[in-house]
This record gives sequence, C-alpha cells and structure tokens, in this order.
Amino acid sequence: MSPLTILIFLPIVVGGVFLIFPRMKDQTVKVLALLTGLIAFLISGWIYLSYDLQAGGYQFVHRVPWLPALGIEYHVGVDGMSAPLVLLTGVVIFTGVLVSWNMPRIREFFGLLFILATGVFGVFASLDLFTLFFFYEIAVFPMYLLIVIWGWKKTREYAGMKLTLYLFVGSVLALVGALAMVFQAREQLGYLTFNLLELEKVAFPVAFQKIWFPVVFFGFAVLGGIFPVHNWSPDGHVAAPTAVSMFHAGVLMKLGAFAALRLGIMLMPEGAKFHLPWIIFLTLVNVVYGAFIASVQQDFKYVIGFSSVSHMGLVLMGFATLNYHGFLGAGIQMFSHGVMTALFFAVVGMVYDRAHTRHIPSLGGFVKKLPWAAVAFIIGGLTSMGMPGFSGFVAEFPIFMGVWRYEPWIAIVAVVSIVVTASYVLRVAWRVFFGELKSEYQDVPPLLIYDKIALIVLCAFLIGIGWFPRLMTPWVHVGTEYVLALLK
Amino acid sequence: MTLPMSDLQALFPELALLGLLFVVLVVDLIWRPGRRLGWWTAIGLVVVLALSLTQALPGEGRTIWGGMLRHDGYGFVFRMLFLVGALVTTLLAMDVKDLGDKGAFYLLLLTSTLGMMLMAMANNIIMVFLAVETASIPLYVMAAFYPKDKASTEAGFKYMLFGALASAVLVYGLTLLYGLTGATDFAAVVEALQAATRPVWMTMAAVLLLVLAGFAFKVSAVPFHFWAPDVYTGAPTPIAAYLSTASKAAGFAVLLRFVLAALPVSALPWWGAFLAAMAAATMTVANFLALAQRNLKRLLAYSSIAHAGYILIGVVAASHLGVTAAVFYLVVYLLTNLVAFGVIVALESAGGTSEIRSLAGLYKRSPLLALFLMTAFLSLAGVPPFSGFVAKVWVFVAAVEAGLIWLAVVGVLNAIVGLYYYLVVLKWAYVYDTPEEEMARPVVVPKVQAVVLGVLSVLIVVMGLVFAPWFAWGEWAARALVGG
Repeated sequence: MSPLTILIFLPIVVGGVFLIFPRMKDQTVKVLALLTGLIAFLISGWIYLSYDLQAGGYQFVHRVPWLPALGIEYHVGVDGMSAPLVLLTGVVIFTGVLVSWNMPRIREFFGLLFILATGVFGVFASLDLFTLFFFYEIAVFPMYLLIVIWGWKKTREYAGMKLTLYLFVGSVLALVGALAMVFQAREQLGYLTFNLLELEKVAFPVAFQKIWFPVVFFGFAVLGGIFPVHNWSPDGHVAAPTAVSMFHAGVLMKLGAFAALRLGIMLMPEGAKFHLPWIIFLTLVNVVYGAFIASVQQDFKYVIGFSSVSHMGLVLMGFATLNYHGFLGAGIQMFSHGVMTALFFAVVGMVYDRAHTRHIPSLGGFVKKLPWAAVAFIIGGLTSMGMPGFSGFVAEFPIFMGVWRYEPWIAIVAVVSIVVTASYVLRVAWRVFFGELKSEYQDVPPLLIYDKIALIVLCAFLIGIGWFPRLMTPWVHVGTEYVLALLK
Repeated sequence: MTLPMSDLQALFPELALLGLLFVVLVVDLIWRPGRRLGWWTAIGLVVVLALSLTQALPGEGRTIWGGMLRHDGYGFVFRMLFLVGALVTTLLAMDVKDLGDKGAFYLLLLTSTLGMMLMAMANNIIMVFLAVETASIPLYVMAAFYPKDKASTEAGFKYMLFGALASAVLVYGLTLLYGLTGATDFAAVVEALQAATRPVWMTMAAVLLLVLAGFAFKVSAVPFHFWAPDVYTGAPTPIAAYLSTASKAAGFAVLLRFVLAALPVSALPWWGAFLAAMAAATMTVANFLALAQRNLKRLLAYSSIAHAGYILIGVVAASHLGVTAAVFYLVVYLLTNLVAFGVIVALESAGGTSEIRSLAGLYKRSPLLALFLMTAFLSLAGVPPFSGFVAKVWVFVAAVEAGLIWLAVVGVLNAIVGLYYYLVVLKWAYVYDTPEEEMARPVVVPKVQAVVLGVLSVLIVVMGLVFAPWFAWGEWAARALVGG
C-alpha cells in the first residue's frame, strides 16, 4: 500500500473510531489524536522529502479500480505542486491538535476534524475526477458541524451555514462541468474515463472550453476566496474555533485554488487563456480591497480573516498570469500563506481564550503574559508583509515578477497591498501585544507546552523557507514546469 | 394451460411469501404470540430472502405464467429489495406499542409486499392493475392502524381516497391503451403501436397522461404528491417508513418497466420533455416546501418527494445508465430512509415526539442514535462517504450522458437546498441542549431497533465506499430492461 493512501485514510479511520465509541475517555482521545496528528505530519513530511525531483511527474501513485463500468478509479499521487500542500495539511493537522487541548466535547471534535483532514489530503492527491469530488465533498459536513458546535456563539450558525452552502454550490456546479468534460472526452477518446492524466491529453474544442472553464474555475475558486464570492470566508474564519480556523484559512482555501488550477487551468488551457485576462482583475480586487478592509477591522480575528482574502488573491493572481513566475510564486504562496495564517489564527485563539474578547482597542500588553505568542505573531506578521528572510518574500516576489511581466500596472496597483498589510500588521501587533496590560488580564494563565510546540513548528517553516528557499522552490518548480507543458 | 415447473420456480419468492403469510396467520390465531410474531415474520422473511437468492435467480429474462409476469434481473432486484424493506419494517415495528403486538399488522405488511413483488414483475396491463391494488389496499388499512388516533384515521382515509382516485385514473388510461391496441401484453402493445397505420398521438397523449398520473401518485411526484406529508405524519411511524421506501420503489419499478417496455419512447416526441419537467418540478417544489417544516416526519415526507424527483432523472434519461442509476438510487434510498424513519421510531419509543425540536441534546442523550441520524441525513443530502453521494452522482452522470445538462443543473441546485434542511436537523441533534434534568436522562433505544439501525448505517457507509458490486446489480436490472 502506498504511504499516500495510508496518509489519506489514517485520519478518517481514527475519526470514525472516535465517533463510534461514545464512551471513550477524554484522555485516551487526546493521546490517540496527538499520535495520529504526529504520524500524519511525519508521513506527509516523509512524502515531501522523498519526492524525487529528478524524476518529476506524479509519484507515490496508487491506483485501484473503483467502478470499472464508468472508468472510475481510486487514483492518487503527488507532484511538485501538490507535495507542498500535502505537507502543509500534515503541519496544520498536527498543530491544530496541539492547540485544541482543552476543547469541550473533544471526542467529537477530533473525530470531525480528522474526517475533514482526510477530505483535504484526498483532494490534494487525487488523480481521478471522481476521487477528487469524493474527497472534496467529504470536507463539507465536518466543517459545518465543527463551526456550529464549537464556534463563536454569536455568529456560528449563520456563518457555518453560509460557508457550507457557498462551498457546496461551487463544488456541485463544478461537478456538472466535470461531467460535461468526461462525456466530451468520451466522444474524442471513444471510452469513458475519469482519469485526470488522460483528460489532460484531450484537446477539448475551444468553444467547449470557453463555456465550461468559468463554471469549473469559479466553482472551486469560491473556496479559494475569489472576489465577489469571498465573503463566506472572513465570517467563516471568525466563527470557527481556533483549530478549525487554522484548517480553514490555512488549508481549505488552498483546496479551492488548487482544484481550480487542477481542473480548470490544467484541463482547459484554451478556456483559461480566454477568461483569465478578465479574471485577473477580480483577483486584483481581492488583493487590494482585502488589505484595505483588513486594515479597518476592530476585531482581531476579522483582521486575519480579511488578510487571507488578500493573500489568496495573490495566489489566484499568480495563476492568472499563466507564466512561469506567476505559477511558481503562487505555488509557494499556497504553502507559505497556509502556515502563516494557521499561525495567526493559533495566536488569536490563544489571546481570545484568555482575554475573552477580540476587540483590538480593549487588548494590550500581552507580550508580558504571552511572550511566545507575541514573538510568533510578529514572525507571522513579517511573513505576511513579504519581508526577506521569511517565506512570504520567497512566495510574493516571483508572483509580482510574473504579474509585472504580464502587465506592469497591475503589479504596481497590487503592490499597494504590501504597504497596507504592513500598516495593519504593525498596528495590530502594537495594540494587542504592547502598551499597557489591563488589570483584568493580570492573572491570565500562561500558554500550555502544546501551544508552544505548535508555535515553534509553524514559525520554523516560515523562517526555514525564508532562509533556505531551496527547501521548497525546486518542488514547485517541477510542478510549474508540468503545468506550463500543458498550457503550450 | 399447464404450468411448467420452471414457472413455479421463478415464482418461488412469492409462493414462499404466501406460505409465510399463512404461517403467520395460523400462528397468530392459535398462540396469539403478540410481539413475538415479529420474530416469526422476520425470520420467515430472512429464510424467504436467502432461499430466493439461491433458488430463484433469473437467467435470461423470460415471460412466465402465460405472459402475465416477466422473470428477469430487473424484477428480481426489486423483489429482493421489497423483502428487505419488509424485513426492516418488521424489526423496527416489533417494539412499537399497539402495532408490533398485533398480528394483523404483519399480515397486512406481507400482503402488501406480495403485491409489490408482483408489480415489479408485471408484464401485462391487467396484471399491473391487479398488482398495484394488491399492494395498495393493505397500505390504506395500515396507515389507519391506530383506530383511536385521529391523525392515523385521517391519514388512512385520505390515503384511501387519493389512492382510489389514482387507481381509477390509472385503470382508465390502461383501458384506453387496450382500446387503442387491442392487446394487454406489453410486447403486443408495442407491436400494435408500431403497426398503427394512422396517427394515434392524441389518444396516446391521453393514455400517457392518465397512466403517468396513476404512477406519479404511487411515487409521490409533483403534482400528485399532496397525500404524502399528511399520510406520513398521521400513519404509525414504521408504516410511514415502509410507505416512503418500499411503496415508492414499487411505484418506480412498475413505472420504469411500463415506460421502457410497453411504450416506445419514440411514440411521442415530447414525452421525454414532459417527464423531465415533472422531475424538475418534483425536486424543486418538494425541496422548497421542506424548508418550512417543523416536524421530522413531514420533513422526511417532502424529502422523499424530492428524492422521487432525483430518481425520475434516471427515468428521463431512459438509457442503460439511467436505469442503472435509478435502481441504484432506489436501493440506497430505501436503506437510508428506513434509517431516518427508524431513528424517529426509536425516539418515539423512548417517549419523544417527531418534532424536530425534540432532537435537542440527542448527542448526549444517545450518541449512537445521533450518529445514525447523521448517517441517514447526510446520505440523503448526498454527502460522501455515505452512499447517497454516489447515488446522486450516477443520476447526474446519466443526465449529462443523455444530453440533459439543464436537468443535471436543476438537480445539483436542488441538492444544495436539500443540504440546508438536512443540516438544520443535524444542528438540533448536535448543537442545541435541553434543560439540565432532561440532558442527564439518556434516550433508551430498544435493542432490536438499535441493532437494525446500526447494521443499516454500516451498510450505508460501505455502499458509499465500495459501490461496484451494487452498481453491477443495477446494471443487471438495466440490461433486462433496455439491453446494452
């Protein structure tokens, strides 16, 4: 059995066990969850490191016939684009378990969180259309329950349903588009197949691509947070409990961007060339407008929520340039933003659990009580500003290069977002962590050791890639080459 | 006319069921075993099921009993499905007061099942009518099973009135068809229609509309769905479960065969478009009405109407894949909806009501029941890894294959509306709490019901993960009907 298959199914098996045995003790659940998270992290790291950069292409491939009558297979594998995302998921599930140590109803919480993780691992590794949708939809219901059960009481029901419906609408419309592709391919191939590698080779008629590309691309880009269908995302992030926000902004948004690339751009390159020149303006709105909206938020968590909209805009903008640098930067940005935003939400959660408010003006001076969180937030902040020495720089620099090559003035407008980002990150860092510590926060408990481990792991990735881009660039380079070959 | 042995063998499941009926009747008369009669029935059904699967498997399709019935893979899949439905209903009803301890209930259930099995095999328009009535009349009585309960009486009465009207309309359509063709046998009807020398489309249109109205009542498709919510709500819950699953599947069994075997779709060009419009209307109307429901049984009634719409997509496609998808969907739907209703049965036997509100705190009061509810509702919503997801996907695949992309889009948009109200129910079970003292009191589910629900829930997940064998059953059925 491929290690990839083990990685995909390990979480759902453990999650299922949690759900089926209601009498399990909380302590047992925690130990098992931690072990599972750690193992998933290690396997994903091992897959990432042992990906053969010389050979390229899809590796760790595992194929099992699922429904031969319709040409459907369970077919998974990773390439240079998806290997970092699999690693990202491993990182976030591990750290997500660490920061959820004192959740109520923890058995169900970890059960659902792990089912969600399986969905995400599965999508990143799918090489079959059906497999991809199967895992994509698995992510839907745990997400809803995780938000409405454990979320922020004020908005959880509204935000959870909004998020779920947005994502479901997008994905089912994309499903119809995908089926249209499969049957169009049957006319050209003479047989029915859901195999992505075979579908990549099919040259769909240009008229067909022009109709279906937007359906498939937007269907998934909804989850990537594209303007104007982005507003599920800040609401959803804010309403969700910490680990779920981390998962959500950190991994799920990449799921959307990745699937839009995989099914939209890679299968219908002509459609992409036709439509992306106007879609890039939507992403520009994401980048700039997201940053401005983030800068006026009073709620700590909304700041991060909108900054995600802005940063995900950069990923989609990188795709929309359709050139080497754009894809390279977007690929790295998906990983970098995933880790960074997970770190942000972890810190927000730690502060909120102690202060019981996220209203920025009422906070202050937390560096005295939570020095680890403060340092981590600053590291995340520097990453999000695109400071050299942090992974954000490695990611954003190529994106802006790509955009410049595509159309200089778009790059010039987009760069504004960096300035705005710097301003709000510094403002929030100052207001929350420095200044005077209010008297009611004098006795807040310190961080748990688990929290600290999570912060260290996340920061290590941001700084590691910032200093040694070679830890990630070659992977994404291989993936980008593959995508560009299809676009020719 | 002499009956060859092979005809008897082909009819083995029905004959065995008849035998079981007799046994149950005698046992009930002599020993009055009450609740234990459920065990007699259930074990009997298991035996019938096991023997049928080994003894009566059809090979190539052939007509039997002088052309009245057809013994083929299609009918067989449905007959087994009805037996499973009856079995589960029996087990769920056993512990229900005033129902599971009454012999009449089991007799009516088995008689109705017998009628449904004949519906799935009927190959002659007279047989269609006889089978439909054999299946329906016991159902009217069952819906009114609680004579002192006003809602139940009303449900039975309403069901009977609507049902009688639908039967009248159906028989009128069938008569017209006979007048047009002079034949009652499906194959002969097709032959006569194709040999017609002058245009008959006016009469054919009348035939189709009348017959369709009759069947649409059985499967509760819009606009013949009005009876369903009231009857499901008023009828004893296990009977509502049976009505919404086996009875609906039987309606589809006869509808599909009739449409594909007795009426060449080419007979009328707009026939397909008409069915497609019906499918779209059924899904849309039912899903939107379901949004407003406060009672679980009413909600499930509208949901079951909506599911009839999804299944109709497969009927509209009328292809090998379409029939396969419809059969697969029906199998999944039967199991899933039985679990959904089974949870309500369990709640009611623990003293709860079927109001959605009474689900509050279920995650704590009975974590397993909450899990079963989640399995059933997410499967109905079409979410993986539950089998409802693949069932929906196959239907949409069939629609796209047949070039009905608009219908697939209507279908997926409806799936979203569906997801909304299914999730709201889960929210009640998983998020809301009841007052402290009630939270501490667990919901005690009778053992039999817990085991049945558990087994079915596992099956729902397994079918959602390993679907090739079940799909092959669907294909087997489809081959018997449309070839390919």
